[in-house]
Amino acid sequence: MAGAEGTWSATLITFDEVSKTFPDGTLAVERLNFELPTGKITVFVGPSGCGKTTSLRMINRMVEPSSGRILIDGKDITSQDAALLRRSIGYVIQHAGLFPHRTVIENIMTVPTLIGTDKKKARSTAMELLERVGLNDSMADKYPVQLSGGQEQRVGVARALAADPPVLLMDEPFSAVDPIVRGGLQTEFLRLQGELGKTIAFVTHDIDEAIKLGDMVAVFKEGGHLAQYATPRELLENPASDFVAEFVGRDRGFRSLSFDTSDGLVLDPVDSVRAGSEVLVLDDAGRPVGWTGPGIAPESNPASVAGTFKAHDSLRVVTDLAITSPVGIAIRVDENGTADGVIRHQSLVRQLDERRRQRSGVTT
Amino acid sequence: MIDYISSNTEVIWRAFSEHVFLALIPVLLAIVISLPLGYLAVRYSKLYYPLVNVSSILYAIPSLALFLLLPPIIGTRVLSPLNIIIALTIYSVALMVRVVADGLNSVDPTVTQAATAMGYRRIKRLFSVELPIALPVMLAGLRVATVANVSIVSVGALLGVGGLGALFLRGLQLDYLDPIIVGIVLSVLLAAVCDSVIVLVQRRFTPWSRVGGRA
Amino acid sequence: MEYLEFLLDPANWELGQSGAIPALVVDHLFYTALTLVIGALIAIPVGLYIGHTGRFAFVAINAGNAGRSLPTLGLIIFLVTLIGFGLVPVIAALVVLAIPPILTSTYAGLRAIDPASVDAAKGMGMRPLQIMFRVEIPMALPLIMSGLRSATLQVVSTATVCAYVGLGGLGRLLIDGIALNQYDRVVAGAVVVALLAIILDLGAAALQRLVVSPGVSGRALTRTSNTPSKRAVPAGSDAPPSEAR
Repeated sequence: MAGAEGTWSATLITFDEVSKTFPDGTLAVERLNFELPTGKITVFVGPSGCGKTTSLRMINRMVEPSSGRILIDGKDITSQDAALLRRSIGYVIQHAGLFPHRTVIENIMTVPTLIGTDKKKARSTAMELLERVGLNDSMADKYPVQLSGGQEQRVGVARALAADPPVLLMDEPFSAVDPIVRGGLQTEFLRLQGELGKTIAFVTHDIDEAIKLGDMVAVFKEGGHLAQYATPRELLENPASDFVAEFVGRDRGFRSLSFDTSDGLVLDPVDSVRAGSEVLVLDDAGRPVGWTGPGIAPESNPASVAGTFKAHDSLRVVTDLAITSPVGIAIRVDENGTADGVIRHQSLVRQLDERRRQRSGVTT
Repeated sequence: MIDYISSNTEVIWRAFSEHVFLALIPVLLAIVISLPLGYLAVRYSKLYYPLVNVSSILYAIPSLALFLLLPPIIGTRVLSPLNIIIALTIYSVALMVRVVADGLNSVDPTVTQAATAMGYRRIKRLFSVELPIALPVMLAGLRVATVANVSIVSVGALLGVGGLGALFLRGLQLDYLDPIIVGIVLSVLLAAVCDSVIVLVQRRFTPWSRVGGRA
Repeated sequence: MEYLEFLLDPANWELGQSGAIPALVVDHLFYTALTLVIGALIAIPVGLYIGHTGRFAFVAINAGNAGRSLPTLGLIIFLVTLIGFGLVPVIAALVVLAIPPILTSTYAGLRAIDPASVDAAKGMGMRPLQIMFRVEIPMALPLIMSGLRSATLQVVSTATVCAYVGLGGLGRLLIDGIALNQYDRVVAGAVVVALLAIILDLGAAALQRLVVSPGVSGRALTRTSNTPSKRAVPAGSDAPPSEAR
């Protein structure tokens, strides 16, 4: 797998032959070998009971491996006192685990207080973090019971970042909030990571979350085996086994299209659809209005174009448009909204097929 | 010990039956009084805090003091068993009102709404839906009240009416442990039996509260 | 009015006069405080240990019920008969009665803690004692405090009874009043000890508000919302009459 060949120039977290058997005999993780790249998000994903959380918790020694080693920047984590190690690693968990008896700001100041940072400085850092995770100043003196689920998770993230640790462990941090809030949290989390560049291990059971957030994705299967360790794209396009293919889901082919832009597509000129069986109606500025033609819609009332795409949109967007268009044709527009090209679904399928053949030619 | 028991069987039995009577009559009275009071505290939520606060103040009064304060207030004689019965009833009601109210409050509002939607009238709904669901909480309170009563009754012996408490005083006067031990053992046994009976009642009438796995 | 004669006689309120009401109150408070301190020093660490480790949990779970079912008068007389008259057997009996409520509620308080908070505390690098003092105890405090409150009621009440075996305090007025057939003395004792118990209970409630974080007492919620939600009425924040006297 990718890590084994040392593809990454600076590896921060290394799993070296790590196994974990619990006292009751359950084998949670078996001979885990992989590396989490510096400054990237590595997502551990898999069905429940696959050892992903155990693996995460071994990084800050909440669980001790039965055999094997875990290295951070080449240094065995057992060479350091567990409590000190944990203070240098941010930790975010599912229900946030905020301290109910402490205010939001006191919660965020937990680790700085532990390591003896000056109170004033810790407080001002905490206030900055509060803003950074998208919370208002007025939240500072509230207690966790007064927060919504989404706000609790934001405080949880701020608390983990308070001592500016290089490594962040996140155990299903967004899975307890509703889907809309989760989507917002994920997007903001990516924005935050864009600014911070932490090395992040992130556990989820949601493959969509893994694909959306991960720079690298480690798919675990029952018995604590690593089924595949790859980029999200590789996972969708070349699942290593039936298990991974099944886990990733039926529409993986379609979803993998979101990794490529439509820049390489060969389009037909707009003129090709100005006459004939399907006619694209444009307004005075050349912006698409709708489709007319025999059996489609009368000229007086053109059928909606069902959206347009721009040059840098993904192949997924183009394919979706070709499918939803009343005539099977996707329309590209420029920055002004003027139509500058079209692609028929037959042509799109042909080009996607060529792309697939080229790509598999490269990898084999 | 066996000598003491065999030669005093009648005294012990009389003390024991008086103890049972003094401890359990108040429990029955408290059930009758606290159910409507607790219901009112839920139905009219403004009454909740006044009722709970008055209860906790009454509950704070030491038992010996309450036994002795009641005669001038209700016009009984100092040595009347009524003082003990009324005082214990006050304690039990004070405890039970809150438990009944909290039990009824703990009923999931969606359940009562569902019952109303299916056509239950208020009274019918109270007896067939809310009370059964609140029963485990209320019975837990009843256990506490009953066990406490059994223990407090003996203090009444200082006023000459105290069931097994009489055995304690006898032992102290004679500097003799046997009656004291017999009294303590019987009192603890009585409490344990009453407690078990309530637990059995709860198992019999709220089978659903056990299948969840958490008692 | 003859009932109140003793209570209203200024001579019985003279400060520093032994046998007068103020001195008896001081005695009563002394016994109560002594018992609670000893009881708490035993019950809280044991409750913390059991709650923390889960070992011997049956002791903590059953202590409350067992303590309640012990007849207080019987226990006192038993110890006095066994050891002899004096302060030691009486205080020992009071301590025995004070321990169960504190032990049970400390245990329950620790068990009620959200494990996620403890996991987070450990994961952020707190050491075991730091977790105990900075997370577990503050979170368990509402229940620990209500256990102390129950124990206070129990001890004030039982200390009254202890006058029968020679202890001082307000119980003297009751016991001596009965013996001397002076009912106004009895009334004075009963009124003062009842007031003392109520005041101590209210004081304990106030102390509880003071030391328990609004984040765990439920006050933080009532502050922001006017409609009292169920979460805003937490068990143990106001006078749970859950333990026997």
